[in-house]
Amino acid sequence: MANISTLNTTVAGIDAVSSRLASGPRGRKPRRVLSRRNVMLYGTLIVAALYYLLPLYVMVVTSLKGMPEIRLGNIFSPPLEITFEPWVKAWAEACTGLNCDGLSRGFWNSVRILVPSVVVSIAVASVSGYALANWRFKGAELFFSILIVGAFIPYQVMIYPIVIVLREMGIYGTLTGLVVVHTIFGMPILTLLFRNYFASLPVELFKAARIDGAGFWQIYFRIMLPMSLPIFVVAMILQVTGIWNDFLFGVVFTRPDTYPMTVQLNNIVNSVQGVKEYNVNMAATLLTGAVPLIVYFISGRLFVRGIAAGAVKG
Amino acid sequence: MHDTVSLRPKSSVSIRELSLSFGSVKVLENLNLDIRDGEFLVLLGSSGCGKSTLLNCIAGLLEPTEGQIFIKDRNVTWEEPKDRGIGMVFQSYALYPQMTVEKNLSFGLRVAKMAREEIDRRVARAAGILQIEPLLKRKPAELSGGQRQRVAIGRALVRDVDVFLFDEPLSNLDAKLRSELRVEIKRLHQALRNTMIYVTHDQIEALTLADRIAIMKSGVIQQLDDPVTIYNRPKNRFVAGFIGSPSMNFLTGELAEEGGRPVFRTNGTSFSLDGYDAAQPLAPGRKVILGVRPEHIKVDGDISGGEVHEAVVDIEEPMGADNLIWLKHAGHTLSVRIGGARRYAVGAKVRLAFDMTMASLFDAETEERI
Amino acid sequence: MVKQAAAGRPNHLFRNLNSKIASIPMILVASVIFLGGTLWTVIYSFTNSRLLPRLNFVGLDQYERLWASSRWIISIQNLAIYGILSLIFSLVIGFVLAALMDQKIRFENTFRTIFLYPFALSFIVTGLVWQWVLNPEFGIQSVVRSLGWTGFSFDPLYDPDIVIYGILIAALWQGTGLVMCLMLAGLRGIDEDIWKAARVDGIPMWKTYLLIVIPMMRPVFITTLVIIASGIVKVYDLVVAQTSGGPGNASEVPAKYVYDYMFQAQNLGQGFAASTMMLLTVAIIIVPWAYLEFGGRKRG
Repeated sequence: MANISTLNTTVAGIDAVSSRLASGPRGRKPRRVLSRRNVMLYGTLIVAALYYLLPLYVMVVTSLKGMPEIRLGNIFSPPLEITFEPWVKAWAEACTGLNCDGLSRGFWNSVRILVPSVVVSIAVASVSGYALANWRFKGAELFFSILIVGAFIPYQVMIYPIVIVLREMGIYGTLTGLVVVHTIFGMPILTLLFRNYFASLPVELFKAARIDGAGFWQIYFRIMLPMSLPIFVVAMILQVTGIWNDFLFGVVFTRPDTYPMTVQLNNIVNSVQGVKEYNVNMAATLLTGAVPLIVYFISGRLFVRGIAAGAVKG
Repeated sequence: MHDTVSLRPKSSVSIRELSLSFGSVKVLENLNLDIRDGEFLVLLGSSGCGKSTLLNCIAGLLEPTEGQIFIKDRNVTWEEPKDRGIGMVFQSYALYPQMTVEKNLSFGLRVAKMAREEIDRRVARAAGILQIEPLLKRKPAELSGGQRQRVAIGRALVRDVDVFLFDEPLSNLDAKLRSELRVEIKRLHQALRNTMIYVTHDQIEALTLADRIAIMKSGVIQQLDDPVTIYNRPKNRFVAGFIGSPSMNFLTGELAEEGGRPVFRTNGTSFSLDGYDAAQPLAPGRKVILGVRPEHIKVDGDISGGEVHEAVVDIEEPMGADNLIWLKHAGHTLSVRIGGARRYAVGAKVRLAFDMTMASLFDAETEERI
Repeated sequence: MVKQAAAGRPNHLFRNLNSKIASIPMILVASVIFLGGTLWTVIYSFTNSRLLPRLNFVGLDQYERLWASSRWIISIQNLAIYGILSLIFSLVIGFVLAALMDQKIRFENTFRTIFLYPFALSFIVTGLVWQWVLNPEFGIQSVVRSLGWTGFSFDPLYDPDIVIYGILIAALWQGTGLVMCLMLAGLRGIDEDIWKAARVDGIPMWKTYLLIVIPMMRPVFITTLVIIASGIVKVYDLVVAQTSGGPGNASEVPAKYVYDYMFQAQNLGQGFAASTMMLLTVAIIIVPWAYLEFGGRKRG
């Protein structure tokens, strides 16, 4: 094309402007898909992605192998013979130092801990955040500041006083006690989250509702709550993963028969008794990680928003 | 203070010595204001002047640090917003997003546990007045800006109150809708004859809507008058400069006497002050500022007599109906409004004359009108 | 005046009453648990409490014993190495990944999902997986050896000298996704026009990052730093799951020291003293940050 048109212009002697238009770079600049930049960029990303995926892959393949195969092969090779027995064993039969009914006990304990903890902690924190955002009173900001600073205090500093308080209340070692602990330690981040969210809602809505005669609870339940579903979902994601993954509070504030799943898992895998069954261990690990992973994969962007909201503003 | 009530029986809203400060920042200072029954009062000022703060105090959404507020001769200073007999319309409409228009309108009545029939009656009436009957089942997100603002007004309407408060209700709308709704609000006021207090930073809204305008600056009311007085006889330089677009021309100089008549002298030239309606004697030697609006300077053919000066055209800004020309005269730049059809070339020489009957003189020190 | 009396200003304490009632849990947690609990622990760290807390003051005895304990010294050393390295690596890796993700790449969501998923997992799960991956008999070491490099040796979990690096690898795997996300949010917050201006001025991309973008992201870096740092001090579950503090006590950390003394060795005083030291460490990180972030803002 270019050649012909150049030829035409020289032959026909059309003026310089149109000849310049005809020849030379025109339209979209051609780009190679495999440019050096792209190779470097995607190469690095893919290598990094492999690193991040590797442990998950190892967990899955190990949990599907039999013990003889594990002893012979390497941990990266895919299973020659897929078996689900380790999963069954991890769920129902694996032994901790104390009992041999597998992770199922820990799973149900965790569920029993999770549901009330998530509900109570979010309920308490959302109301506190709402009070802070819309009904500020003298001193409120001071307590809130203490709360936020407290979020950075190592748990170890406050654990023993809490043990004493719970013991005095007669709920140390009970489910109620652990719910209280999760509510306490979830409070800084959740209160901050809700306070910032409610403060970001147009204040005129709040004013309009007050002129309409609605009070503290009426505005909370009838105006604010229906508008705040996304932030409640974010808070739920934060709490479900956080509480499910908790280990320290589980160890300190529950008794062996009510240990949450993470504690149960650690006791199974790091139990010194018996022969190490790596496939069962990995199945158990996957089972424990499954709940937050499912939450993560389902919630996607909201999860990111949740941690970012929690983290950046914290 | 005992007799304020009996002294002003006709006032609908009275503000007495109202002050409000956030920490050390004083937002309102010792403010007094009486609003007559059925009056349309506009609080006008730039952002941060305290006009919205004052409105929020009247609504009971902010607590004053000092002073009292009366509505219908009742001291409501400590009353809850809902008990003050007011309705309020907000800039961002503030419609409850999860409720339909109908539920938005009736929310306050439902909170007050009013009888079902009465709620329906009031909603129907408000919807009828504002012509939003077809929208009643929709959610706010499905409405246009103008429709939303109508619903927001409706929410104040159903409350059946004596005083309407508007907080920049039209500022979120585009220019065309704004002028449409402006007319509607005026019509509404003429139909209902309620007291309306309207906060805006838009002087056109203020001039077109108001019975009286209160111009505010730094928490203090600068002038409270009807629009014509505000425009033509501004009390001080701030009001003069704030109202009117393009802005008033200001020339600094001093008073003098020539042939026994007062003149205004600046940069070697002098302007006769014949026709100026002075409230104070025009003592020679007093430093003053002369203010003349662009439409009160006549050029060439428009001059019907009086003192004539020469000037040079600096810039021309055609604005459609009008044409604004900037003239250089004796070291000052003057803007002059002329008919849109008349054009001038840059550098052209023109003759000009001031209409002193419409001019304003301010003391250079106090900036108060003379 | 008569009317004024009729209106009757409610008692100061009862104004905004519902808000105050609703805030009771927050007030209690802030004052009793966070403030009171911390003070309580600090005070009792000066006592010789053993099985039960008792107010029998012994001055700085517990602290002297603490700093004389080789296990504590190892814990502190581990925390220092782990802390400094994980700060550096997670910031660098997190930022580089974020910068790569910010190149308008395809499959951005997929990559982000992959980089971030470990963050959803607990430290227990993380520790156990890496315990398995780093297992000398079956893990990376044996795989590399079976590929022909028979002399290859990488056995962090059973070598006291490098065990802390084994924990670091796991921690980075778990946490860098979060850092990347924060950094990416920071990068996205930067005005597009900055990039356009830099491109028109002909500034190379790496220079734009180094000289313009990173300085602009200072607040993001600081918050990220504080988040990582306060997480580092709390590190506990990971060590318990991955090494249980072993081999020997080569991978002990302060948080584990506190737990063991409080709940297993029944030596509360030691536990309190150690946790007070942890508090001090956090204070050293937090106070300058809080001062810069909030103290400066008030004056400005």
